[in-house]
Amino acid sequence: MAVEVRIPTILRTYTGGEKAVNGDGATLAALIDDLEERHSGIKGRLVEGSDLRRFVNVYVNDEDVRFTGGLDTALGDGDQVVILPAVAGG
Amino acid sequence: MLRIDRATYDAIVAHAKRDHPDEACGIVAGPEGSDLPTRFIPMTNAAGSPTFYEFDSTELLALYKQMWAADEEPVIVYHSHTATEAYPSRTDIGLASEPGAHYVLVSTREHGNSDGPVEFRSYRIVNGEVTEEVVSVSDALPSATSR
Repeated sequence: MAVEVRIPTILRTYTGGEKAVNGDGATLAALIDDLEERHSGIKGRLVEGSDLRRFVNVYVNDEDVRFTGGLDTALGDGDQVVILPAVAGG
Repeated sequence: MLRIDRATYDAIVAHAKRDHPDEACGIVAGPEGSDLPTRFIPMTNAAGSPTFYEFDSTELLALYKQMWAADEEPVIVYHSHTATEAYPSRTDIGLASEPGAHYVLVSTREHGNSDGPVEFRSYRIVNGEVTEEVVSVSDALPSATSR
């Protein structure tokens, strides 16, 4: 089950500079575990405990996963995943 | 050094004054690799707060998709401080995620929504390191070599 994942500039140090990588997984959590195997260290930038980090946005087919089940969001073949850090501050 | 044209500079200041006492935020995009801020995009502060800003997540995705399609990148990420100086807060530094961008801070603490000068300062924020840079305002930017 191949899923394309768009990687933001700040995380491209984990992907050898690649803007997009492929991954596998039936859920977002499984996809992130798969990414971690290929791009060690990336998981810790996305997940904290059992949840997505507060200031990381992940979209599956343009939908923010916060509204579709978070890490349990189901993925299918050909889905497009985009990771974007929040643009935020104080 | 941040190079910016007068119209874009004024648009950032006007946005900050308009949204005072809440923080205003936005991006100025430019052709990838050009370091030229050419397209002013004011954003909604989803936090609607005098002490915090966050781009709305749906608008954030739409913005990045537009930029990717146009081979653009965020050249400036700006926001305002409404009660404190135009210097990145600890939160700003912790959350800065565009190492290639100029982080512009505007402070509206002196004149609020009214006319009058504002502090307008620019920084690089990379790996938690803040480096202030000179802001050079001109009537027009040189045209991007990629165009």
